[in-house]
Amino acid sequence: MAPAASPATGVSWRDRAAPVVKRGVRPALWALVILPIVSMAVRLVLGQLGANPIEELEHETGRWTLRLLAGSLAVTPLISFTRWGWLIAQRRFLGLATFAYVSLHLSIYIGVDNFFNVSDIVEDVLKHLYITVGMLGFLLLVPLAITSTKGWIKRLGGKRWNQLHRLVYLAATAGCVHFLWAVKKDKTEPILYAAVFVTLFALRFVGRKPGRQST
Amino acid sequence: MLIRRPEDIKSSEITPESMYVDRRQFVGAAGALALGALIAPAALGASPLGAAPTDRGRQDDKITSEEDATSYNNYYEFGTDKEEPKELAKNFKTKPWNIEIAGMVKAPRTMGVDELFRALPVQDKIYRHRCVEAWSMVIPWQGTPLKDIIARCDPLPSAKFVEFTTLFDPRRMPGQQRPALPWPYKEALRMDEAMNPLAILATGMYGKALPNQNGAPVRLVVPWKYGFKGIKGIVKIRFTDQMPKTTWNDIASSEYGFYANVNPAVDHPRWSQAKERRIGQFLKIPTLPFNGYAEQVASMYAGMDLRKNY
Repeated sequence: MAPAASPATGVSWRDRAAPVVKRGVRPALWALVILPIVSMAVRLVLGQLGANPIEELEHETGRWTLRLLAGSLAVTPLISFTRWGWLIAQRRFLGLATFAYVSLHLSIYIGVDNFFNVSDIVEDVLKHLYITVGMLGFLLLVPLAITSTKGWIKRLGGKRWNQLHRLVYLAATAGCVHFLWAVKKDKTEPILYAAVFVTLFALRFVGRKPGRQST
Repeated sequence: MLIRRPEDIKSSEITPESMYVDRRQFVGAAGALALGALIAPAALGASPLGAAPTDRGRQDDKITSEEDATSYNNYYEFGTDKEEPKELAKNFKTKPWNIEIAGMVKAPRTMGVDELFRALPVQDKIYRHRCVEAWSMVIPWQGTPLKDIIARCDPLPSAKFVEFTTLFDPRRMPGQQRPALPWPYKEALRMDEAMNPLAILATGMYGKALPNQNGAPVRLVVPWKYGFKGIKGIVKIRFTDQMPKTTWNDIASSEYGFYANVNPAVDHPRWSQAKERRIGQFLKIPTLPFNGYAEQVASMYAGMDLRKNY
Protein backbone atom coordinates (compact mmCIF):
# COMPACT_ATOMS: atom_id res chain seq x y z
CA MET A 1 0.00 0.00 0.00
CA ALA A 2 1.25 3.46 -0.83
CA PRO A 3 2.07 5.65 2.16
CA ALA A 4 -0.18 8.58 2.93
CA ALA A 5 0.31 11.02 0.13
CA SER A 6 3.12 13.50 0.55
CA PRO A 7 2.23 17.15 0.08
CA ALA A 8 3.72 16.98 -3.39
CA THR A 9 1.32 14.42 -4.89
CA GLY A 10 -2.05 15.33 -6.33
CA VAL A 11 -5.31 14.21 -4.67
CA SER A 12 -4.30 12.85 -1.26
CA TRP A 13 -6.51 11.06 1.22
CA ARG A 14 -6.53 14.32 3.09
CA ASP A 15 -8.22 16.15 0.26
CA ARG A 16 -10.76 13.40 -0.19
CA ALA A 17 -11.62 13.15 3.52
CA ALA A 18 -11.65 16.88 4.20
CA PRO A 19 -15.19 17.76 3.02
CA VAL A 20 -16.73 14.80 4.85
CA VAL A 21 -14.92 15.62 8.07
CA LYS A 22 -15.66 19.30 7.67
CA ARG A 23 -19.37 18.61 7.46
CA GLY A 24 -19.58 15.86 10.07
CA VAL A 25 -17.20 16.91 12.78
CA ARG A 26 -19.35 19.40 14.65
CA PRO A 27 -22.53 17.27 14.83
CA ALA A 28 -20.37 14.33 15.93
CA LEU A 29 -18.77 16.39 18.68
CA TRP A 30 -22.15 17.68 19.83
CA ALA A 31 -23.33 14.08 20.12
CA LEU A 32 -20.17 13.21 22.05
CA VAL A 33 -20.85 16.01 24.52
CA ILE A 34 -24.59 15.50 24.92
CA LEU A 35 -24.84 11.71 25.04
CA PRO A 36 -23.00 11.15 28.35
CA ILE A 37 -25.25 13.71 30.07
CA VAL A 38 -28.37 12.09 28.63
CA SER A 39 -27.12 8.67 29.66
CA MET A 40 -26.41 9.83 33.21
CA ALA A 41 -29.80 11.53 33.46
CA VAL A 42 -31.62 8.43 32.23
CA ARG A 43 -29.71 6.15 34.61
CA LEU A 44 -30.43 8.56 37.47
CA VAL A 45 -34.16 8.58 36.79
CA LEU A 46 -34.29 4.80 36.37
CA GLY A 47 -32.22 4.21 39.51
CA GLN A 48 -29.48 2.47 37.56
CA LEU A 49 -26.48 4.33 38.91
CA GLY A 50 -25.71 1.57 41.41
CA ALA A 51 -25.73 1.63 45.19
CA ASN A 52 -23.90 4.97 45.43
CA PRO A 53 -25.38 7.15 42.67
CA ILE A 54 -23.74 10.40 43.81
CA GLU A 55 -20.29 8.86 43.70
CA GLU A 56 -21.05 7.34 40.30
CA LEU A 57 -22.10 10.76 38.92
CA GLU A 58 -18.92 12.33 40.28
CA HIS A 59 -16.79 9.62 38.73
CA GLU A 60 -18.55 9.78 35.36
CA THR A 61 -18.44 13.58 35.04
CA GLY A 62 -14.79 13.49 36.14
CA ARG A 63 -13.87 10.91 33.51
CA TRP A 64 -15.67 12.84 30.78
CA THR A 65 -13.91 16.05 31.81
CA LEU A 66 -10.55 14.35 31.23
CA ARG A 67 -11.68 12.70 27.99
CA LEU A 68 -12.90 15.98 26.50
CA LEU A 69 -9.79 17.79 27.68
CA ALA A 70 -7.69 15.12 25.96
CA GLY A 71 -9.84 15.66 22.88
CA SER A 72 -9.16 19.39 22.88
CA LEU A 73 -5.44 18.77 23.31
CA ALA A 74 -5.54 16.32 20.40
CA VAL A 75 -6.71 19.00 17.95
CA THR A 76 -3.36 20.76 17.55
CA PRO A 77 -1.34 17.60 16.77
CA LEU A 78 -4.16 16.52 14.48
CA ILE A 79 -3.90 19.79 12.57
CA SER A 80 -0.15 19.45 12.16
CA PHE A 81 -0.72 15.94 10.87
CA THR A 82 -3.63 16.66 8.51
CA ARG A 83 -2.91 20.34 7.86
CA TRP A 84 -6.62 20.99 8.24
CA GLY A 85 -6.30 24.40 9.82
CA TRP A 86 -10.06 24.79 10.01
CA LEU A 87 -10.13 22.12 12.76
CA ILE A 88 -8.99 24.82 15.16
CA ALA A 89 -12.64 25.75 15.84
CA GLN A 90 -13.14 22.28 17.32
CA ARG A 91 -10.41 22.96 19.87
CA ARG A 92 -12.44 25.79 21.33
CA PHE A 93 -15.61 23.69 21.24
CA LEU A 94 -13.95 20.80 23.08
CA GLY A 95 -12.31 23.18 25.53
CA LEU A 96 -15.65 24.71 26.44
CA ALA A 97 -17.23 21.26 26.64
CA THR A 98 -14.47 20.31 29.08
CA PHE A 99 -15.33 23.36 31.14
CA ALA A 100 -19.02 22.44 31.13
CA TYR A 101 -18.24 18.94 32.43
CA VAL A 102 -15.77 20.10 35.06
CA SER A 103 -18.38 22.62 36.24
CA LEU A 104 -20.95 19.85 36.48
CA HIS A 105 -18.42 17.66 38.32
CA LEU A 106 -17.70 20.42 40.82
CA SER A 107 -21.39 21.31 41.18
CA ILE A 108 -22.26 17.73 42.09
CA TYR A 109 -19.44 17.69 44.63
CA ILE A 110 -20.54 20.98 46.18
CA GLY A 111 -24.30 20.85 45.82
CA VAL A 112 -25.15 17.16 46.00
CA ASP A 113 -22.31 15.29 47.70
CA ASN A 114 -21.72 17.99 50.32
CA PHE A 115 -25.10 19.73 50.05
CA PHE A 116 -23.51 23.22 50.15
CA ASN A 117 -21.91 22.59 53.53
CA VAL A 118 -19.29 25.30 53.18
CA SER A 119 -17.20 24.37 56.22
CA ASP A 120 -17.00 20.71 55.14
CA ILE A 121 -15.96 21.73 51.64
CA VAL A 122 -13.34 24.22 52.79
CA GLU A 123 -11.89 21.64 55.16
CA ASP A 124 -11.86 19.03 52.41
CA VAL A 125 -10.06 21.37 50.00
CA LEU A 126 -7.47 22.39 52.58
CA LYS A 127 -6.82 19.01 54.16
CA HIS A 128 -7.09 16.49 51.39
CA LEU A 129 -4.54 16.85 48.66
CA TYR A 130 -6.45 15.20 45.84
CA ILE A 131 -9.31 17.64 46.38
CA THR A 132 -6.86 20.56 46.58
CA VAL A 133 -5.27 19.56 43.28
CA GLY A 134 -8.66 19.01 41.65
CA MET A 135 -9.83 22.44 42.73
CA LEU A 136 -6.61 23.96 41.40
CA GLY A 137 -7.22 22.28 38.06
CA PHE A 138 -10.70 23.80 37.92
CA LEU A 139 -9.44 27.29 38.81
CA LEU A 140 -6.82 27.07 36.06
CA LEU A 141 -9.56 26.37 33.53
CA VAL A 142 -11.66 29.38 34.53
CA PRO A 143 -9.52 32.07 32.80
CA LEU A 144 -9.27 29.86 29.74
CA ALA A 145 -13.04 29.55 29.48
CA ILE A 146 -13.48 33.30 29.99
CA THR A 147 -10.94 34.25 27.35
CA SER A 148 -12.20 31.76 24.80
CA THR A 149 -14.12 34.43 22.85
CA LYS A 150 -12.93 36.25 19.73
CA GLY A 151 -13.13 39.50 21.63
CA TRP A 152 -10.72 38.30 24.27
CA ILE A 153 -8.30 36.93 21.69
CA LYS A 154 -8.24 40.37 20.06
CA ARG A 155 -7.93 42.17 23.36
CA LEU A 156 -5.03 40.03 24.57
CA GLY A 157 -3.32 39.67 21.23
CA GLY A 158 -2.40 36.28 19.78
CA LYS A 159 0.88 35.97 21.57
CA ARG A 160 -0.34 36.75 25.05
CA TRP A 161 -3.48 34.69 24.50
CA ASN A 162 -1.34 31.70 23.55
CA GLN A 163 0.84 32.18 26.60
CA LEU A 164 -2.20 32.32 28.87
CA HIS A 165 -3.68 29.23 27.30
CA ARG A 166 -0.58 27.21 28.07
CA LEU A 167 -2.22 26.95 31.50
CA VAL A 168 -4.12 24.06 29.96
CA TYR A 169 -1.04 21.86 30.40
CA LEU A 170 -1.00 22.63 34.11
CA ALA A 171 -4.74 22.04 34.36
CA ALA A 172 -4.46 18.70 32.57
CA THR A 173 -1.63 17.65 34.87
CA ALA A 174 -3.71 18.65 37.89
CA GLY A 175 -6.62 16.62 36.52
CA CYS A 176 -4.45 13.53 36.11
CA VAL A 177 -2.95 13.86 39.59
CA HIS A 178 -6.43 14.42 41.06
CA PHE A 179 -7.60 11.14 39.48
CA LEU A 180 -4.44 9.27 40.48
CA TRP A 181 -4.70 10.33 44.12
CA ALA A 182 -8.45 9.78 44.31
CA VAL A 183 -8.04 6.10 43.57
CA LYS A 184 -7.26 3.94 46.57
CA LYS A 185 -5.16 1.14 45.19
CA ASP A 186 -5.76 -0.10 41.65
CA LYS A 187 -4.18 2.78 39.71
CA THR A 188 -4.51 1.18 36.25
CA GLU A 189 -7.21 3.51 34.96
CA PRO A 190 -5.70 6.83 36.11
CA ILE A 191 -2.30 5.73 34.78
CA LEU A 192 -3.91 5.02 31.42
CA TYR A 193 -5.42 8.52 31.37
CA ALA A 194 -2.10 10.07 32.37
CA ALA A 195 -0.37 8.15 29.58
CA VAL A 196 -2.77 9.63 27.03
CA PHE A 197 -1.97 13.15 28.23
CA VAL A 198 1.78 12.52 28.25
CA THR A 199 1.48 11.31 24.65
CA LEU A 200 -0.50 14.41 23.69
CA PHE A 201 2.11 16.65 25.30
CA ALA A 202 4.91 14.78 23.54
CA LEU A 203 3.23 15.06 20.12
CA ARG A 204 3.73 18.81 20.30
CA PHE A 205 7.48 18.37 20.25
CA VAL A 206 7.29 15.87 17.41
CA GLY A 207 5.28 18.42 15.41
CA ARG A 208 8.08 20.97 15.83
CA LYS A 209 10.72 19.00 13.99
CA PRO A 210 13.05 21.25 12.01
CA GLY A 211 12.12 21.63 8.35
CA ARG A 212 8.42 21.41 9.12
CA GLN A 213 8.18 24.92 10.44
CA SER A 214 8.02 26.53 7.01
CA THR A 215 4.29 25.83 6.56
CA MET B 1 -23.69 -20.84 78.57
CA LEU B 2 -24.44 -18.21 76.01
CA ILE B 3 -26.56 -15.31 77.15
CA ARG B 4 -28.21 -13.73 74.17
CA ARG B 5 -27.44 -10.04 74.02
CA PRO B 6 -30.12 -7.62 72.94
CA GLU B 7 -29.94 -6.67 69.28
CA ASP B 8 -27.93 -3.55 68.75
CA ILE B 9 -30.58 -2.06 66.53
CA LYS B 10 -34.12 -2.72 67.77
CA SER B 11 -36.42 -4.21 65.18
CA SER B 12 -38.89 -1.41 65.89
CA GLU B 13 -36.37 1.08 64.55
CA ILE B 14 -36.15 -0.69 61.23
CA THR B 15 -38.07 0.73 58.33
CA PRO B 16 -40.29 -1.72 56.48
CA GLU B 17 -39.09 -2.76 53.06
CA SER B 18 -42.02 -1.04 51.31
CA MET B 19 -40.69 2.30 52.48
CA TYR B 20 -37.05 1.90 51.64
CA VAL B 21 -37.44 0.27 48.23
CA ASP B 22 -38.60 3.59 46.82
CA ARG B 23 -35.59 5.47 48.03
CA ARG B 24 -33.92 5.61 44.62
CA GLN B 25 -36.76 7.77 43.39
CA PHE B 26 -36.14 9.95 46.37
CA VAL B 27 -32.44 10.09 45.65
CA GLY B 28 -33.17 10.92 42.02
CA ALA B 29 -35.65 13.62 42.90
CA ALA B 30 -33.38 15.03 45.58
CA GLY B 31 -30.46 15.04 43.17
CA ALA B 32 -32.46 16.94 40.57
CA LEU B 33 -33.62 19.36 43.22
CA ALA B 34 -30.09 19.99 44.45
CA LEU B 35 -28.81 20.53 40.93
CA GLY B 36 -31.59 23.03 40.35
CA ALA B 37 -30.70 24.72 43.59
CA LEU B 38 -27.21 25.38 42.30
CA ILE B 39 -28.57 28.54 40.74
CA ALA B 40 -29.35 29.93 44.16
CA PRO B 41 -27.00 28.28 46.65
CA ALA B 42 -27.13 31.21 49.03
CA ALA B 43 -30.82 30.67 49.61
CA LEU B 44 -30.15 27.26 51.07
CA GLY B 45 -27.67 28.28 53.71
CA ALA B 46 -25.87 25.75 55.84
CA SER B 47 -26.45 22.02 55.94
CA PRO B 48 -29.48 20.94 57.95
CA LEU B 49 -27.23 18.33 59.54
CA GLY B 50 -25.45 20.84 61.73
CA ALA B 51 -26.52 19.39 65.06
CA ALA B 52 -24.09 17.08 66.78
CA PRO B 53 -25.26 13.50 67.05
CA THR B 54 -25.92 11.76 70.30
CA ASP B 55 -24.18 8.48 70.82
CA ARG B 56 -27.29 6.43 70.15
CA GLY B 57 -30.66 6.98 68.66
CA ARG B 58 -29.71 7.70 65.09
CA GLN B 59 -32.91 7.49 63.12
CA ASP B 60 -30.96 6.50 60.02
CA ASP B 61 -30.41 2.87 60.90
CA LYS B 62 -32.71 1.39 58.30
CA ILE B 63 -31.58 -1.88 56.83
CA THR B 64 -29.74 -1.32 53.55
CA SER B 65 -31.45 -2.89 50.56
CA GLU B 66 -30.20 -6.39 49.88
CA GLU B 67 -29.59 -5.43 46.26
CA ASP B 68 -27.18 -2.64 47.29
CA ALA B 69 -25.41 -4.73 49.95
CA THR B 70 -24.78 -7.49 47.42
CA SER B 71 -23.76 -5.34 44.43
CA TYR B 72 -21.45 -2.72 45.96
CA ASN B 73 -18.56 -4.69 47.38
CA ASN B 74 -14.89 -4.18 48.09
CA TYR B 75 -13.51 -7.67 47.50
CA TYR B 76 -10.35 -7.21 45.44
CA GLU B 77 -9.98 -10.98 45.01
CA PHE B 78 -12.87 -10.57 42.56
CA GLY B 79 -11.91 -7.21 41.02
CA THR B 80 -11.25 -3.69 42.22
CA ASP B 81 -14.50 -2.15 40.95
CA LYS B 82 -17.33 -2.37 43.43
CA GLU B 83 -19.67 -3.91 40.89
CA GLU B 84 -17.17 -6.58 39.80
CA PRO B 85 -17.30 -9.06 42.71
CA LYS B 86 -20.97 -9.84 42.13
CA GLU B 87 -20.25 -10.81 38.54
CA LEU B 88 -16.81 -12.39 38.91
CA ALA B 89 -17.70 -14.41 42.04
CA LYS B 90 -20.95 -15.81 40.71
CA ASN B 91 -19.51 -19.26 39.90
CA PHE B 92 -17.15 -19.41 42.88
CA LYS B 93 -17.42 -22.83 44.57
CA THR B 94 -17.40 -22.77 48.36
CA LYS B 95 -17.97 -26.49 48.89
CA PRO B 96 -15.90 -28.22 50.10
CA TRP B 97 -14.23 -25.57 52.27
CA ASN B 98 -11.54 -26.29 54.82
CA ILE B 99 -10.18 -24.01 57.49
CA GLU B 100 -6.73 -24.49 58.93
CA ILE B 101 -6.32 -23.86 62.65
CA ALA B 102 -2.68 -23.02 63.19
CA GLY B 103 -0.10 -21.40 65.44
CA MET B 104 -0.40 -21.33 69.20
CA VAL B 105 -3.17 -23.88 69.67
CA LYS B 106 -3.19 -27.12 71.61
CA ALA B 107 -3.77 -29.15 68.44
CA PRO B 108 -3.10 -27.55 65.03
CA ARG B 109 -5.45 -29.09 62.47
CA THR B 110 -7.60 -28.52 59.42
CA MET B 111 -11.35 -28.96 59.56
CA GLY B 112 -14.32 -28.45 57.28
CA VAL B 113 -16.23 -25.23 57.80
CA ASP B 114 -19.35 -27.19 58.83
CA GLU B 115 -17.39 -29.06 61.45
CA LEU B 116 -15.94 -25.82 62.84
CA PHE B 117 -19.42 -24.36 63.30
CA ARG B 118 -21.22 -27.59 64.30
CA ALA B 119 -23.66 -27.18 67.21
CA LEU B 120 -22.62 -23.56 67.79
CA PRO B 121 -25.33 -20.90 67.99
CA VAL B 122 -26.22 -18.96 64.83
CA GLN B 123 -27.47 -15.53 65.80
CA ASP B 124 -29.15 -12.67 63.97
CA LYS B 125 -27.12 -9.48 64.29
CA ILE B 126 -28.09 -6.22 62.67
CA TYR B 127 -24.92 -4.15 62.49
CA ARG B 128 -23.86 -0.85 61.01
CA HIS B 129 -21.06 -1.40 58.52
CA ARG B 130 -18.71 1.55 58.00
CA CYS B 131 -16.21 1.48 55.15
CA VAL B 132 -12.97 3.45 55.45
CA GLU B 133 -14.07 5.14 52.18
CA ALA B 134 -16.77 7.01 54.15
CA TRP B 135 -19.83 5.07 53.06
CA SER B 136 -21.88 2.82 55.28
CA MET B 137 -24.67 0.28 55.32
CA VAL B 138 -26.86 -1.52 57.86
CA ILE B 139 -26.73 -5.26 57.36
CA PRO B 140 -28.65 -8.12 58.97
CA TRP B 141 -26.06 -10.86 59.46
CA GLN B 142 -26.41 -14.43 60.54
CA GLY B 143 -23.31 -15.58 62.33
CA THR B 144 -21.63 -17.19 65.30
CA PRO B 145 -19.80 -15.27 68.00
CA LEU B 146 -16.10 -15.39 67.24
CA LYS B 147 -15.41 -16.26 70.89
CA ASP B 148 -17.27 -19.55 70.47
CA ILE B 149 -15.18 -20.42 67.42
CA ILE B 150 -12.01 -19.48 69.28
CA ALA B 151 -12.99 -21.72 72.18
CA ARG B 152 -13.33 -24.57 69.70
CA CYS B 153 -9.86 -23.76 68.29
CA ASP B 154 -8.44 -24.13 71.81
CA PRO B 155 -5.61 -21.56 71.72
CA LEU B 156 -2.78 -21.56 74.24
CA PRO B 157 -3.10 -18.98 77.02
CA SER B 158 0.04 -17.28 75.65
CA ALA B 159 -1.71 -16.39 72.35
CA LYS B 160 -2.23 -12.62 72.12
CA PHE B 161 -3.50 -12.19 68.57
CA VAL B 162 -5.62 -14.08 66.11
CA GLU B 163 -4.85 -13.80 62.40
CA PHE B 164 -7.17 -14.67 59.51
CA THR B 165 -6.16 -15.48 55.94
CA THR B 166 -8.28 -15.40 52.78
CA LEU B 167 -8.09 -18.16 50.19
CA PHE B 168 -5.32 -17.73 47.62
CA ASP B 169 -6.34 -19.35 44.35
CA PRO B 170 -5.94 -17.06 41.33
CA ARG B 171 -7.84 -19.46 39.08
CA ARG B 172 -10.92 -19.23 41.26
CA MET B 173 -10.32 -15.65 42.39
CA PRO B 174 -9.50 -13.79 39.17
CA GLY B 175 -8.62 -10.56 40.97
CA GLN B 176 -5.57 -12.36 42.36
CA GLN B 177 -4.15 -12.70 38.85
CA ARG B 178 -3.01 -9.08 39.18
CA PRO B 179 -0.94 -7.70 42.05
CA ALA B 180 -3.70 -5.32 43.19
CA LEU B 181 -2.78 -6.30 46.78
CA PRO B 182 -0.07 -8.55 48.19
CA TRP B 183 -1.97 -11.85 48.27
CA PRO B 184 -3.28 -13.57 50.25
CA TYR B 185 -5.28 -11.00 52.18
CA LYS B 186 -4.67 -11.10 55.93
CA GLU B 187 -6.37 -9.49 58.89
CA ALA B 188 -5.95 -9.86 62.62
CA LEU B 189 -7.42 -8.89 65.98
CA ARG B 190 -6.02 -8.59 69.44
CA MET B 191 -7.30 -11.51 71.51
CA ASP B 192 -9.57 -9.37 73.69
CA GLU B 193 -11.09 -7.80 70.57
CA ALA B 194 -11.71 -11.23 69.12
CA MET B 195 -13.44 -12.32 72.34
CA ASN B 196 -15.76 -9.27 72.35
CA PRO B 197 -19.36 -10.46 71.97
CA LEU B 198 -19.92 -8.08 69.03
CA ALA B 199 -17.35 -9.91 66.87
CA ILE B 200 -18.89 -12.66 64.76
CA LEU B 201 -17.96 -14.98 61.97
CA ALA B 202 -20.84 -14.54 59.54
CA THR B 203 -22.16 -17.34 57.36
CA GLY B 204 -25.33 -15.60 56.22
CA MET B 205 -27.00 -12.25 55.58
CA TYR B 206 -30.60 -11.21 54.92
CA GLY B 207 -31.62 -14.66 56.15
CA LYS B 208 -29.82 -16.41 53.30
CA ALA B 209 -26.48 -18.12 52.87
CA LEU B 210 -23.68 -15.55 52.61
CA PRO B 211 -23.37 -14.49 48.93
CA ASN B 212 -20.00 -15.16 47.31
CA GLN B 213 -19.36 -11.46 46.75
CA ASN B 214 -19.88 -10.79 50.47
CA GLY B 215 -17.30 -13.34 51.58
CA ALA B 216 -18.83 -16.82 51.40
CA PRO B 217 -18.67 -19.21 53.03
CA VAL B 218 -17.39 -17.41 56.12
CA ARG B 219 -16.22 -13.87 56.89
CA LEU B 220 -15.35 -11.78 59.90
CA VAL B 221 -17.69 -9.00 61.06
CA VAL B 222 -16.33 -6.49 63.60
CA PRO B 223 -18.82 -3.62 63.41
CA TRP B 224 -16.82 -1.07 65.44
CA LYS B 225 -13.97 -1.25 62.92
CA TYR B 226 -13.65 -0.11 59.31
CA GLY B 227 -14.91 -2.62 56.79
CA PHE B 228 -11.49 -3.76 55.56
CA LYS B 229 -10.98 -5.55 58.90
CA GLY B 230 -13.90 -7.82 57.97
CA ILE B 231 -11.85 -10.37 56.05
CA LYS B 232 -13.75 -12.60 53.62
CA GLY B 233 -13.39 -16.17 52.36
CA ILE B 234 -11.41 -17.29 55.43
CA VAL B 235 -9.25 -20.44 55.06
CA LYS B 236 -6.88 -20.05 57.97
CA ILE B 237 -7.09 -18.96 61.61
CA ARG B 238 -3.72 -18.62 63.28
CA PHE B 239 -2.94 -17.72 66.89
CA THR B 240 0.25 -15.88 67.79
CA ASP B 241 1.87 -13.76 70.46
CA GLN B 242 3.27 -11.24 67.92
CA MET B 243 1.12 -8.53 66.31
CA PRO B 244 0.55 -9.95 62.81
CA LYS B 245 1.09 -8.02 59.60
CA THR B 246 -2.27 -7.12 58.13
CA THR B 247 -2.71 -6.39 54.42
CA TRP B 248 -3.76 -2.72 54.20
CA ASN B 249 -1.68 -1.73 57.20
CA ASP B 250 1.31 -3.42 55.61
CA ILE B 251 1.07 -1.59 52.26
CA ALA B 252 0.07 1.83 53.59
CA SER B 253 0.50 2.12 57.34
CA SER B 254 -0.04 5.88 57.33
CA GLU B 255 -3.51 5.36 55.85
CA TYR B 256 -4.72 2.15 57.47
CA GLY B 257 -3.96 1.26 61.06
CA PHE B 258 -3.85 -2.17 62.65
CA TYR B 259 -6.77 -1.31 64.92
CA ALA B 260 -8.82 0.60 62.33
CA ASN B 261 -11.49 1.48 64.86
CA VAL B 262 -14.09 3.81 63.35
CA ASN B 263 -13.06 7.25 64.55
CA PRO B 264 -14.56 10.50 63.21
CA ALA B 265 -11.73 12.48 64.85
CA VAL B 266 -8.91 10.82 62.89
CA ASP B 267 -9.04 11.53 59.17
CA HIS B 268 -7.70 9.25 56.53
CA PRO B 269 -4.98 11.31 54.78
CA ARG B 270 -7.09 11.52 51.64
CA TRP B 271 -10.59 11.86 53.01
CA SER B 272 -12.45 12.99 56.09
CA GLN B 273 -13.90 10.39 58.45
CA ALA B 274 -16.17 12.87 60.22
CA LYS B 275 -19.20 11.95 58.12
CA GLU B 276 -20.40 9.06 56.07
CA ARG B 277 -22.84 8.45 53.26
CA ARG B 278 -25.33 5.80 54.25
CA ILE B 279 -25.99 3.85 51.09
CA GLY B 280 -29.53 4.62 49.95
CA GLN B 281 -29.66 8.01 51.63
CA PHE B 282 -29.00 11.44 50.20
CA LEU B 283 -27.48 13.50 52.98
CA LYS B 284 -24.28 12.47 54.71
CA ILE B 285 -24.62 11.64 58.39
CA PRO B 286 -22.11 12.16 61.19
CA THR B 287 -19.87 9.20 61.94
CA LEU B 288 -19.91 7.94 65.51
CA PRO B 289 -16.86 6.89 67.55
CA PHE B 290 -16.47 3.12 67.30
CA ASN B 291 -19.30 3.27 64.74
CA GLY B 292 -21.76 3.77 67.60
CA TYR B 293 -20.58 0.75 69.60
CA ALA B 294 -18.44 2.68 72.09
CA GLU B 295 -20.43 1.35 75.04
CA GLN B 296 -19.52 -2.23 74.14
CA VAL B 297 -15.92 -1.77 72.99
CA ALA B 298 -14.33 1.52 74.13
CA SER B 299 -13.07 0.05 77.42
CA MET B 300 -10.74 -2.30 75.48
CA TYR B 301 -8.77 0.75 74.34
CA ALA B 302 -8.68 2.65 77.63
CA GLY B 303 -5.38 4.47 78.03
CA MET B 304 -4.43 4.07 74.37
CA ASP B 305 -3.78 7.14 72.23
CA LEU B 306 -6.33 6.56 69.48
CA ARG B 307 -4.72 9.22 67.31
CA LYS B 308 -1.59 7.11 67.15
CA ASN B 309 -3.27 3.72 67.29
CA TYR B 310 -5.73 4.44 64.49
